[in-house]
Amino acid sequence: MLLLLPLSESKAEAQNAPLISGGVGFLTTTNGGGTALQPVISPVAAVPLGEHLLVESRAYISDFIAPKNGNSGPYQGDFFAGLQYLQLDYIAVPKLTLTVGDFLTPFGTYNERLAPIWISNFQDAPLIYPIGNQHGSSVGVMLRGAAYSTPHVQLNYAGYFSVASNVSQFTGERASGGQFSIYLPGKRLEIGTSYSRLLQGQQGNSEGIHVWWQPYRVPLAIRSEYAHGPHAQGYWLEAAYRLSQWKGPDSWLGRLEPVFRMQQTFRESPGQGDQLPATNTQRADFGLDYHLPHEVRVNSSYSRQFASTGNTNIWETTVTYRFLFPAIWKGGSK
Amino acid sequence: MTRSILKQLTLTASIISTTVALAQAPPAPKPAASAAKPAAKADSTKQPDVGQRKFDANCGRCHSFPEQLSPALTGTVVRHMRVRASLSAEDEKDILRFLAP
Repeated sequence: MLLLLPLSESKAEAQNAPLISGGVGFLTTTNGGGTALQPVISPVAAVPLGEHLLVESRAYISDFIAPKNGNSGPYQGDFFAGLQYLQLDYIAVPKLTLTVGDFLTPFGTYNERLAPIWISNFQDAPLIYPIGNQHGSSVGVMLRGAAYSTPHVQLNYAGYFSVASNVSQFTGERASGGQFSIYLPGKRLEIGTSYSRLLQGQQGNSEGIHVWWQPYRVPLAIRSEYAHGPHAQGYWLEAAYRLSQWKGPDSWLGRLEPVFRMQQTFRESPGQGDQLPATNTQRADFGLDYHLPHEVRVNSSYSRQFASTGNTNIWETTVTYRFLFPAIWKGGSK
Repeated sequence: MTRSILKQLTLTASIISTTVALAQAPPAPKPAASAAKPAAKADSTKQPDVGQRKFDANCGRCHSFPEQLSPALTGTVVRHMRVRASLSAEDEKDILRFLAP
């Protein structure tokens, strides 16, 4: 045992190199006749410190290139560079991780799990995304973990408190909230609920529920969320079916993944600056994703949006490449 | 219009649910397509399927397996996933064993 201990420690150290991951992409959007182009790079850095600490961060750097006058005129770029989160995780005990810093707000599922450009099936976030997630991240403290975990059931939780911040790159609001979910690994079925309360300005509550189901025998993913905010509510329901059952995941047909998403938002009262549609809105998104070799993916979609302010067609294409490599190169032989 | 969309939505959901319900079965220990590459590595371990099943049940719900994963990064990747996906300590160990047997 004494002899094995140093060996296992050295193996753990050898596996804990700092890394740079993320995605680089090129996005195009044609909305109501105007076309915009957007090159994007979104790197993720993860640096483990010792046995219990992890520093992680994600940036988003893009140039939004669109006609100067909306649908016509010369194109001009709007450069953006910012941190989406920068957090320190302390794995305190097996069932508890303490996170401090600027972390992704744990409300719903999209923000924490599906937002990265190399993961999301559609270029656009769901219409209800701003409910409970207005800034996307929160500056403060978060406790999270798996409260109970067996091969048959997992109970996961997250709770946070955030402070108001106007510091560049780390803006946030004073709020508190959390998330609780039940996950059945055997069925790959998850049901969860989220809550957040804004503790400044016009204080208000946001609540949400989500259901995910990804059966083992069928390469199908059904994800859905409902959220209710102070001034609006809505839902989205997404189904993605990869055709890998036909000739395998690496065949030309098996790399295709048709995707469908239905969304509705219902405005209950004017909510200035809440980033939600001003009127009741319905939207159907039809997508076709193609998983190329070497971590390259092409997403294309057509969306039809219905609202009293006008109906629109939205065409989008996204090409992404996911990368992952050590942050520190160790040259030379072993 | 709303009623029409809701009808279509209900119909689509019904078709999908029926299809999937017919195809649904208890999870088999066989590897999913997304993690086919490390499965071969894991064959040499005593419990070849546990880590892979846990990878599929947790990490694989949002993203596919990275095509190239250096052994030097596996610990960092899994620790990141432990925080993001609220993995238990045991799940973290099993997935790490699967990624770097």
